[in-house]
This record gives sequence, structure tokens and C-alpha cells, in this order.
Amino acid sequence: MSISRSEVEHIADLARLELSEDEIAQLEIELSRILEYVDLLNELDTSGVAPTAHVVVQGDVLREDVTRASLPTEDVLANAPEVEEGYIRVHAVLPGGEE
Amino acid sequence: MTLHTLTVHEAGDLLRRGEISSLQLTKSVLGQIGACDEQTGAFITVTPERALQQAQQADESIAGGEASPLTGIPVAIKDNMCTSGVPTTCGSRILESFVPPYDATVVGKLTDSGAVIVGKTNMDEFAMGSSTEHSAFFPTHNPWDLSRVPGGSSGGSAAAVAANETLFALGSDTGGSIRQPASLCGVVGLKPTYGRVSRYGLIAFASSLDQIGPLTKDVRDCALVLNAVCGHDFQDSTSARELTPDYTTFLNEGLENVVVGVPSEYFAEGLDKGVEARVREAIERLAELGADVREVSMPHEKYVVATYFLTSWAEASANLARYDGLKYGLSAPDARDIREAQSKARGRGFGREVKRRIMLGTYALSSGYYDAYYLNAQKVRTLIKEDFDHAFAQGVDVVVGPTSPIVAFGIGEKVDDPLEMYLADLYTIPANLAGLPCISVPCGFHQGLPVGMQILGHPFAEGTVLHVAYAYEQSTEFHLQRAPLGL
Repeated sequence: MSISRSEVEHIADLARLELSEDEIAQLEIELSRILEYVDLLNELDTSGVAPTAHVVVQGDVLREDVTRASLPTEDVLANAPEVEEGYIRVHAVLPGGEE
Repeated sequence: MTLHTLTVHEAGDLLRRGEISSLQLTKSVLGQIGACDEQTGAFITVTPERALQQAQQADESIAGGEASPLTGIPVAIKDNMCTSGVPTTCGSRILESFVPPYDATVVGKLTDSGAVIVGKTNMDEFAMGSSTEHSAFFPTHNPWDLSRVPGGSSGGSAAAVAANETLFALGSDTGGSIRQPASLCGVVGLKPTYGRVSRYGLIAFASSLDQIGPLTKDVRDCALVLNAVCGHDFQDSTSARELTPDYTTFLNEGLENVVVGVPSEYFAEGLDKGVEARVREAIERLAELGADVREVSMPHEKYVVATYFLTSWAEASANLARYDGLKYGLSAPDARDIREAQSKARGRGFGREVKRRIMLGTYALSSGYYDAYYLNAQKVRTLIKEDFDHAFAQGVDVVVGPTSPIVAFGIGEKVDDPLEMYLADLYTIPANLAGLPCISVPCGFHQGLPVGMQILGHPFAEGTVLHVAYAYEQSTEFHLQRAPLGL
């Protein structure tokens, strides 16, 4: 499996990762090599095998619908880069928009 | 007496008899951190004031007759478990300034049992690595040979225990991150059954594989720590409701009626001859102690690394999507819009290894590749799990083999070859994919460096695993040997 430069850029965009030129060049080589290794799994016939997403199967876990204490808002917001009136302030959502 | 060299149970006995105080013990440990942490780099954060305060409280509890086995005992916590008011970096620039507003369940349990937290230990960034060289801050050095790695990703915890910079530590294990560093540092490390210990407050790497467990100086300590941290937690929906026995009741000598399975696939190409010799001697010892040793087969062993790759990358890429520089962690104030802010914060905050795995996971989950990669890996995961089911159905109680195919390697030796580094987890991965309990115990030395044997059991049979580990350990003196730096 060989990964092209444009594929690296596309995946980086999906993953919201800004990469440097060096990183892109390096990932192009590394990803191809590592994906070649995992192709090893293709030699197994897995048709008819059920997938295991999780080893513990206990179904939905529900709790009683009762109120309980939650973390104070100030404590939770203490780690946010920018806070305004009890909200987290973020950049403009639409490109080129006003903040 | 150098108090920091004591085990948890030795120190606990002395504390409860009033022969030492927790304050003395904690000062001794802090002194040891001061004396050798510059060389080991085991800690990211040391919390001396908080520790001395907790020690004083512990002394009061002991004087009042309310002592648990961990009351007054110093512990180090891997820096991916949230500690209220104490920075929790996960070894990453992106969380360098993060101070959690709450405690992980395990941290709360340890605090409630009176343990004294001395600090947070170094780790590969987001627990991704097998050498602790991928810490964004500095590498950790192996106390047995400072030019070598301690293993990883819980390398700081393993090195801290080996260098007597703490009496015990907590680590987390996704593909071997407790057991492999325990093996490379000559200490005991246990990955419990998936769900045995709550993951609430553990910064997620691969949620279907992650599990918290103890790193200790001997097997008795391991049982004591597991007693304190295990059990159901309503805040973790994957937490198990199985009963939690007193694990110290399993610490018996003699292995009559125990069937030990030895997979031939665990002694194949890539295993260092010196490591193989020590592990084979250890298996002979198990037979001498009365165990029925049989050969078993793990036909899908060849596929464990590839299966682990795809599973853990996919889960990691989804889990790490939450680090967007908006709610907490490193931000990018210079960005023009929210999308650029996220990409810049992530591009600057994540290190090379983390980026590599996010890229691989995103690729494996992306449109057109999901079935070929992720779904297929989940199917192979079933086959790997069935290998163990078959062995257990034939009457095998525990499966044993080497923890790591090699002893501690040199710092910088494998860091430029990700594939070679990943293969270091060859033997530890199956326990995570199948969700089984597995312990690594010291079983001798090769070229002056520790070798570990791992013992893997049925789901929730931590007691059996600890029994075999204890019987073996008590017939050897390897666990009594300390790294030169630890003395």
C-alpha cells in the first residue's frame, strides 16, 4: 500500500493536523511502510468471523435518573484559553468571519 | 535504615507497629527523588508539600487505629491519570498547562486508603511508545543502566519503583505499557482484566484496550495495590461488576493443580537467546514447584501486532479528536478561524509519534478503507481471543512466556524506526486484545539487565495469576535485587 503526498494532505485535513513540509515528506514514506506491514492480515480468511469491538459485552449500562453534584463551572472553565460570561470564547466558525 | 528501599508490605508493618512514621518514610522517598531523579528523569511533577501534608494526615490516622495497608505509603502516578489541582500532562505539549478539576477514580481510591502521592511520572506522549523517549519533555533513563531506556509507555513509573523513588506506582497498559517497562526495569507489573479497574479520569488512548494497574517491588505489594484500586465504578460504563476478592489470600506457595500453557509461538524468531534462556529456566522452576507444564498453540500470534496497530490507531484518532485547543490545553490565538485554530493547536501540540498514529487511524477509518482495515482487524481480534479460549478450554490455567523479546535497549537506538519499536510489544499485546489479566515478574538477568516473565490468566482470574507469580517469586531472589541507583 503506497500513500501519495496528496493523500497525506487529505488525511491531515480530516484529522485537523497542520503539518510542516518535512512532516508531510516523512509521513509519506512512513505511512506507506507501516500500512504495507498491516496488509499481513489479508492472508487470513475472515469471512464468517464476527468482529470483536470490545471484550466485555454487558449491553447498555443505565443509571438511576437522579440529580447529583457536578463540577463547578468556574473550575471547568479554568483551563479554557478564553472565557466570556461563563462561556468558552472561540474563533469565528465561518472562514473570514468576525470573531 | 534506608526507608525508601522498603516494600509496601514491609513499610506498612513498620508503620502500624509505630516503628516508623509516614513523615519519615515520605521524607526518605523525597530525598531519594532529590538524589537521583536528575539521572532517571522518572518524574514530570513532584509534589513534596502535598505529600508531606498527606503523610502527616496518614500518621494521625494510624495513631487513631484507622490504617489500611496503604496508609502512609508513598505512591507515584503516571501522568495520564487526572489529579485534582496537580498538572496532568500526558507527556504532551498539548496538555502541558492542563490542571484537572477532578481526581481519576483510582487516584481517589488511593487517597481514600491513605496513600501519599509524591508525584506524576514521565511517559511516552499519550502513552504511545515503548521507551518513554516519546515524552514531549525529556526521556527517562533505566536505573540499571542510565544509557538505556526503561521501556514504556509507563517508563517513569517503572524507573521510579526500580530506583526506590517511590514504594509503588500506577501505570496504564494498552499494548504492554505496564508489563514491558516492569520487565525492563526488574519490577513487578500487572495489567488487570479489562474492566477490573475503573478508567474514569484516565486520559484515553485506545478505550477498548486501556487498563490501569500497579507497578511494585514484589508480588505481595501488587496484590495489596490491586485490592485498593479495583472494583466497579458507575462513572466508567465498561467497569466490571464481578466480585473483588482479597487478592492477598491467593499468595500461596506450591503450584500443584496448576496447569501452565507454554505457546511455542512465543519462542520464535526475534526472541533474544539470553532472554529465552532465562524464561525457559523460569518455566522449569514452575514445573519443579508442582505445575503441570504443557505446550499450547497460539496460531494467530503472528497477526497480533498488525491487529493491535489498526485497533489502537483507530481508537486513538477518535479519542484524540477532543484536543482542539478550544476548551483546554494548548491553543492557537493567531488563527483566523476555528478550523485553522484546531489544526494549528494540534499541529503544534502533538509530537511526531502521536501525529503518526492519528494519521494512520484517520486513514484506517476513512471512507473506503474502513472495512479493509478496521473491520478486518476486529475480526482477527476475535481469532486471537479464540486462541486463548481454546487453551483455557483444554484445562490451561495460565499461559506463560517472555514479557519482552529483548532486554532494555539503548536510548536513541530504535527511535528512528517506528516499525522495529512497535515489535517490542509482540508478546504483551495479546492480553490487551483478549482483555485478559497478565503480570510480569523478574526472572533473572541477561548481560546485567533484568528479564521478565509474563503470566496470563482467565478473565477476572487475577488471583490465579498472582498465585503463580508469588510461588515463582518466592522460590527465587531476583525480586530482592535492586538497581545500583536505587540503593
